[in-house]
Amino acid sequence: MLSYFLKRLFSLVPLLLGITFISFLIIHLAPGKPSYLKEMNPRISAEAQERLIRLYQLDKPILVQYIHWLKRVIKLDFGNSFADGRKVIVRIRERLPITLLINALSLFFILLFAFPVGIISSLKPNGVFDKCTTLFVFIGFSLPSFYLALLLMLLFGIKLGCLPISGIVSFNHSQLSSGERILDIAKHLILPVSVATFGGLAGFSRYVRANMIEVLKQDYIRTAYAQGIGRGRIVCKFALKNALLPLITILGLSVPGLLGGSVILESVFAIPGMGRLLYEATLSRDYPLIMGGVVIGAVLTLLGNLIADLCYAWADPRIRYQ
Amino acid sequence: MSRRFILSGSLIIGILIILALFAPLLSPYDPNKIDVENILSPPSKAHILGTDSLGRDLLSRILYGTRVSLKVGVVAVGIALLIGVAIGALAGYCSGRIDALLMRFVDIMLCFPTFFLLLSMVAFLRPTVFNIMLIIGLTSWMGVARIVRAEVLSIKEREFIRYIKAMGAGDMRIVSKHILPNVLPSILVVGILRMGGAILTESALSFLGLGVQPPIPSWGSILMEGKSVMDIAWWMSVFPGIAILLTVLGYNLLAEGIRTLAISRS
Repeated sequence: MLSYFLKRLFSLVPLLLGITFISFLIIHLAPGKPSYLKEMNPRISAEAQERLIRLYQLDKPILVQYIHWLKRVIKLDFGNSFADGRKVIVRIRERLPITLLINALSLFFILLFAFPVGIISSLKPNGVFDKCTTLFVFIGFSLPSFYLALLLMLLFGIKLGCLPISGIVSFNHSQLSSGERILDIAKHLILPVSVATFGGLAGFSRYVRANMIEVLKQDYIRTAYAQGIGRGRIVCKFALKNALLPLITILGLSVPGLLGGSVILESVFAIPGMGRLLYEATLSRDYPLIMGGVVIGAVLTLLGNLIADLCYAWADPRIRYQ
Repeated sequence: MSRRFILSGSLIIGILIILALFAPLLSPYDPNKIDVENILSPPSKAHILGTDSLGRDLLSRILYGTRVSLKVGVVAVGIALLIGVAIGALAGYCSGRIDALLMRFVDIMLCFPTFFLLLSMVAFLRPTVFNIMLIIGLTSWMGVARIVRAEVLSIKEREFIRYIKAMGAGDMRIVSKHILPNVLPSILVVGILRMGGAILTESALSFLGLGVQPPIPSWGSILMEGKSVMDIAWWMSVFPGIAILLTVLGYNLLAEGIRTLAISRS
């Protein structure tokens, strides 16, 4: 296991280099020289522009620029935000927990619903239940998350007026008792987490279904039936275990989608998370903050994949000895 | 099943194309005509879907929005297919080091949360319609490359390719004349699927105010306006979304139909 872990860890190095290099290239997407940045963001003062040139060493040859940028990134130094002059990494760190919380919650609910839905529809492919879920899946794939968010806000926030539609705390949050505070946050999270869950549910229930159908065709399942073992036991104990394995990888792969989705989700619901931070940074063309966010987002994805791979190797010994 | 998918999908998209082409004829009003006397009027006989905060007719704006959406879908996917097919075919056909290098590049691109990448590019480029399409294309070719590579890898080992090679055909000719035509069905499916995705992305960007800029009517930017008047004008945030949902649904149904048809044929 340890050698597998080290091998995986080592393979991340070229990916990390690549991530930093591509992020670096984005800075150079802007045609022309830093004066163009001034045109994009007229509020950039001459001094800020000077700082930007120094930050990325824009007046040096391109390879020097990259190595300089890499040296800073390794130390997690992305410079200071234009908006308030604080360190980019500090600003991201204080916004990250709420984004991770919402994503973790919605992943939990996605799994909670995707398993029963996927398993039941895999038992009778093309049955009534399967057809209904297929319809649901198509709508789930085609419905923009922000539109669903708007509809829910309209229904629960405005028509029924029973749920808060923006932020994560009420105005009087600081005057509440600690129990009420948790309840207050939970209430604010209902709509965002529902929207995020709905978005992921369609795809995930499909994966569960496809994997289960594949596994249920295997010889060992037929053998189990021949031995007279009950259907419930076969599905839950024998088939599910093997169908679960590929899903670990899918979970790891869903990290970038979830993080990217939080940009929209947090902007709609005015949640002070990393997605909204990046959105605000884009609106105000806060370049150091944007670049920091992009690199951190990619590194988080890499970590998600690494964790998924390790879980897979832990759950399936065949992987470790390949 | 697949027939019904293809039929309903192409019906939706066919209608949308007609709506986009004939938007000037079908729209009851000029989509940009400001009418201060009819600000935010609810759906009525004069304005079937109501008006927005400048008194512009919502139905006309949604009809014109079809143009932007369809265009973004086609051009962004065109760019994505161009890059994806080139990289996928090169990696699959050359294999070895070039393959490893190119696929590593794809892996790296997939590490970036798409929306983070989009935002960073938006911040550095002017928000013209073409730039939006370019950015969406540049961030969505990776899946295409992977699919094309896998197919090229399997096709190039087949008997008939070896035969053509023995006859002395050059690499360029083998790839373009003999391998790629066999990959075409998969490219078609992934292309149609990505069109729905590109339209979703554009509407999301416009919804955030980072995509198609006013006064060009786009479904996403109408929804953004709708959000700010949500408590007094529900029609603004309901109708444009239905247009997005139906369009993307059309592409998804069509792609799924073609996919299952291709599987059942082979």
